[in-house]
Amino acid sequence: MKSNRRSFLKSSVAFGGALAAPSLLASRASAAGEIEVGILFSLTGGLSIVEQSLADATMMAIEEINASGGVAGQTIVPIMEDGASDPKTFNEKASKLVLRDRVPTVFGCYTSASRKAVLPVFERRNNMLFYPTYYEGFECSKNVVYTGAVPNQQLSNFIPWIINTLGKKKFFIVGSNYIYPREMAKVSKILIEQNGGEWVADEYLELGHSEWGAMVSRIKDSGCDVVLSNVVGDSVVSFYREYKNQGISHDALPICATVTSEIEIAAMGAEFAAGSYTSFPYFQAIDTPENTSFIERYRAYTGDQNAVTHHAMESSYFQVYLWKQAVEAAGEATPDAIREAIKGQTFAAPNGQVTIDPENLHASLTPRIAQWGEDGQGTIIDAFPEPVTPLPYVAYGEAGDNLFCTASGLDTSKL
Amino acid sequence: MYEALFIGMSLGSILLLIALGLSITYGAMGVINMAHGELVMIGAYTAVLAGIYLNMNLLFALPLAFAVSAGVGIVLERLVIRRLYGRIIDTLLATWGVAIVLQQLIRLEFGLAFFGINIEGLGPGLQNMSVPAFLTQSIDLGGFVIQPYRTFIIFVTAALTVLTWYLVYRTSIGTQVRAIMRNPQMAAACGIDVKRVSAFTFAYGAGLAGVAGVLLAGFRTVMPEMGSSVVVDGFLVVVVGGVGSLLGTVLSALMLGQINGVFALLFNDILARAVVFGVVIAIILWRPRGLFAFKSR
Repeated sequence: MKSNRRSFLKSSVAFGGALAAPSLLASRASAAGEIEVGILFSLTGGLSIVEQSLADATMMAIEEINASGGVAGQTIVPIMEDGASDPKTFNEKASKLVLRDRVPTVFGCYTSASRKAVLPVFERRNNMLFYPTYYEGFECSKNVVYTGAVPNQQLSNFIPWIINTLGKKKFFIVGSNYIYPREMAKVSKILIEQNGGEWVADEYLELGHSEWGAMVSRIKDSGCDVVLSNVVGDSVVSFYREYKNQGISHDALPICATVTSEIEIAAMGAEFAAGSYTSFPYFQAIDTPENTSFIERYRAYTGDQNAVTHHAMESSYFQVYLWKQAVEAAGEATPDAIREAIKGQTFAAPNGQVTIDPENLHASLTPRIAQWGEDGQGTIIDAFPEPVTPLPYVAYGEAGDNLFCTASGLDTSKL
Repeated sequence: MYEALFIGMSLGSILLLIALGLSITYGAMGVINMAHGELVMIGAYTAVLAGIYLNMNLLFALPLAFAVSAGVGIVLERLVIRRLYGRIIDTLLATWGVAIVLQQLIRLEFGLAFFGINIEGLGPGLQNMSVPAFLTQSIDLGGFVIQPYRTFIIFVTAALTVLTWYLVYRTSIGTQVRAIMRNPQMAAACGIDVKRVSAFTFAYGAGLAGVAGVLLAGFRTVMPEMGSSVVVDGFLVVVVGGVGSLLGTVLSALMLGQINGVFALLFNDILARAVVFGVVIAIILWRPRGLFAFKSR
């Protein structure tokens, strides 16, 4: 009887709350000793291959936090929604989480398309999104905490390294045709010219394109000595396979990629990528006790002894911990309090120390370059000594001493 | 130039591989089989699963995939298509539905994913289909690189085309198939078991799709959606070549492949695709029945 009465009270508070002031609602969740949060990834559809692992990593972090006492004594209750690989569905589900479930934070989105689709929901309702993917920058929202790499954390070490250490100067830039590869190409060209290299071509094929014969043949005939790949998704597999089938070796003409992670390598077969390079802040091969334990826990959590870990997945994991620290520091779980408290939060993630930049709410991460081996794992051959400050507008001239995106918003006069 | 021809040839052979099965089911039976792409996908997954569970390499997976896809084809014919002969638009809708069901079955691991049962090799993800080493080592002949895998596809396609030609034009069952193609009622009146021959024909077309799936798996991505894009290409080839004409299918596949290859190499893949569609539209306007349509009564 008691529990019936309690749930009746709860629902009547919720009903009443819909009519009353919003501040009442925030206290509803904490009164019950629980904090509800939203999780929004594609559990079905073409993108679910990657996004399922992001959802798993998020859930694992939540379960770990709950098992060790929760957030300031409160249990995190996740509400999982499926974006179904479709930006429109992402928008609907984000609205549902924010409006009906009234969660103070949503962890989610993988592609830029889905992030752009949900952004208006979070901005209009002043809610918080924690976004774990490396992305193209050019965004300055006060309602998103970005924990993946931005172009300067993937490219500012990579291009100079290719030119100076690998000694390759003529770039063939190739990508899938949408915003991320195009912005990455823009940043790359600036860096290539600054470092005394040149680019011979900048080519795009549609997302999901699987016939790479002609493109690889043109790469071969272009006279380039390195390929910078921003190819995304399943196209990566057919691209790398075609590359080897046409007899190009990664020794003479290496592919240097910004997207190819452990997941794509596993799908294509390690022998096709062996010798090529990728730049990410996180690789499964990072040899620290934190990372070894992270991989073990993830494999135990998913029940798959061959599961691979990768950058966006690791960000999905540590961003929950950053959020926990912010809620504890703020003492309450409201979007405004979380935004203020997340600034400057720092956490020992599997990739090393990560800190949320107080100005632009992006994470400072440590850029690393790995060369893929025959076993499908990278060997880290270059790493920054310390985390690099995120600069989402680096393609437009943003620098550490000249920020475009600050705590007071985007300075559009600088664009 | 040599290289452009080779790429065109390779693209053409892949188109032909997909269209061969379609040309039989569509040409001979008047069934618009939208699930053809999914039969290709089933062939590819057969190869992946055979690699994981039976430790079979790609060569041995070819006959196995033929058998599995043909088996699925027979079931499909029995349950759905047999009831829809002569209703061409209905076959389109019904087989499209079947295509969606097949796709989701693979993605949900036959529905077992709901019970937490995981079948390695199925599921929503990309699958790794390993290719025997001798098919990935390219051979350099004085500046001209021979790509063994694409060459292999060209040979298999040629062999299957010859086999199909032989079956259709040199065997008694082929004669029956051609009789049904021209006039099913008259064929039945002459004592041909139309149902049985049609079931055989459909299964053969489905089996060819399965073989195409194995070969595609070697250099494209194996995933549940892989079939939906290839079926459109297949229909293009069949319609341009002329419904029911094997020679037309072969020539139109090679022609579209060459056009695609040359333009992709000279300009880019996106323009090449547009040119291919332009050529297809022009041909259909010029010869609505395709290049090599036979006269029907």
